[in-house]
Amino acid sequence: MSVLLDPTGELQPAQRERLPRPGSLSDKTVGLLDISKPRGDLFLDHLAGKLDEMGATVQRYRKPTFTRVAPVDLRHQIVSECDVVIEALAD
Amino acid sequence: MTIFPSDFSGFALVVKEDCATCQLIVPAIAQLEEQKDLLLYSQDGPEFPAGVPKVIDDSELEASYRLGIEIAPTIIRVQAGAEIQRREGWQRSDWRDLTGMAELGEALPEFSPGCGSKSVDPGMPELLAYRYGDTALSARRIEVAELEDEHELAYQRGWSDGLPVVPPTEERVLRMLSGTTRSPDEIVGVAPPDYVACTVEKVAINAVMAGCKPEYLPVVLAAVEAACLDEFCMHGLLATTYFSGPVVIVNGPIVDKIGMNWGTNALGQGNRANSTIGRALQLVIRNVGGGKPGGVDRAALGQPGKVGFCFPEREHDSYWESLAMERGFSPEQSTVTLFAGDGVYGIADQTSREPKSLTRSIALTLRTVRHGKAFGASDAILIVTPEHMRVFREAGWSKARFREELEACLTVDGSEVIKGAGGIAEGMPVKFADRRVTKFRSGGLLIAHTGGGAGMWSAVIGGWAATGRTGSIPVTIEIKS
Repeated sequence: MSVLLDPTGELQPAQRERLPRPGSLSDKTVGLLDISKPRGDLFLDHLAGKLDEMGATVQRYRKPTFTRVAPVDLRHQIVSECDVVIEALAD
Repeated sequence: MTIFPSDFSGFALVVKEDCATCQLIVPAIAQLEEQKDLLLYSQDGPEFPAGVPKVIDDSELEASYRLGIEIAPTIIRVQAGAEIQRREGWQRSDWRDLTGMAELGEALPEFSPGCGSKSVDPGMPELLAYRYGDTALSARRIEVAELEDEHELAYQRGWSDGLPVVPPTEERVLRMLSGTTRSPDEIVGVAPPDYVACTVEKVAINAVMAGCKPEYLPVVLAAVEAACLDEFCMHGLLATTYFSGPVVIVNGPIVDKIGMNWGTNALGQGNRANSTIGRALQLVIRNVGGGKPGGVDRAALGQPGKVGFCFPEREHDSYWESLAMERGFSPEQSTVTLFAGDGVYGIADQTSREPKSLTRSIALTLRTVRHGKAFGASDAILIVTPEHMRVFREAGWSKARFREELEACLTVDGSEVIKGAGGIAEGMPVKFADRRVTKFRSGGLLIAHTGGGAGMWSAVIGGWAATGRTGSIPVTIEIKS
């Protein structure tokens, strides 16, 4: 038997449970995160209309650039203000 | 280090059979054995030296390793378990002083040099360090079962970029670490996209897998460090649907020291350092950072250079200052420059013999980077080969002059390149219609000289679609030993 050294980051892939899903979005605050890709706003505008019809309160957010992860402050703001977040990923 | 019992006082002697001096001094060994307390270690087992009783079998070389023996024979004077003095090879007067035996080796010549100890044969120090030493390697150990294939295991565990990897055994990783003075637990950077603290040891493991030699490790470490800098934006570069990946350009004395290829086929296959350094960086991003195609790597097409893309600049006969010098480093410093780049696109001009014509020619291709109507958008590397460089040298054009003329060729009326112009929907926003626009942002065009002596070609490596402050900025850092 030989032994090799693990080349990975050794992140234990502990199975993470998904958060419980809300039964309905009415009376919930839904954050819409625009990652600053072209036309992401059009997609989110459309979603905002649909969410409004469902009785949800919509909050809009925007990342400074799509090339980097969202700044910590923005992530905290979304967590503190919203029940659910939807991220527009592509152009 | 001592291996002697604390109540032992006397002499220790390490010998090997395949050493003419050890053979020669057998009569002296017999005298010592007779008159003194002697621990006699033989690297070939108890049969050598013949006729001497109480030979300690050190064929596993544990004692030789622990005593740090480099030469056979080595004699050590020990007092109360501690080493007092040692002598290597045979020098009769020294041995007599050391042992206090005035008649030692009377029939022997005065001097005979020793031979290399078996414990320092090629590959042995790493093996012995692994067997007996405190290697301080902290990576998780993966056991390979008897009937398991190490290469297949690497594929199954997702460690490979698709090509075979060298199995990272402890011996190989220790040997790789001999290429740097940095401690295995030193943090080189925080590797995206999982943002895992990446140690020198983890880089060494991946460098082994990529096929690097130990002397390449400092270059790989610098490349990883540069890739982890925020301004390089490796996370976004990995996540993009665009073609780009990290391109590593090496400058300075280390290029020739480790045998990189700046000549024929400099950007191609065939040179171990060129081929494996860039690959090692990509394996670090894949394995330590966790960035894999189909995972965070979302490239629509990618490009072959994403396996690894590394080349040196041809500095010794360049008419222009090197890329590293332009970026503030001296010719004595070795550096890596990281660029978020795509594949190589050739510029063929076999006719221009004066620099203005050649500059216009080069500008035609540079204009197409990303899109012929994209200006101030992507960076690029222009690679000038020796035959094209000759045209500029013969005309006495400095690099600065060339840059100036090139920029003039790459500055156009915005109306030519706005959306819809030329019947093409793609283009610059309409607000640029009344302005002059320049192809590359300030600092966005890197120029390097490399390649073989024949061929009136140059080349462009286009850059990622996200550049500058909101994307990737090329970075250059010095290579540490």
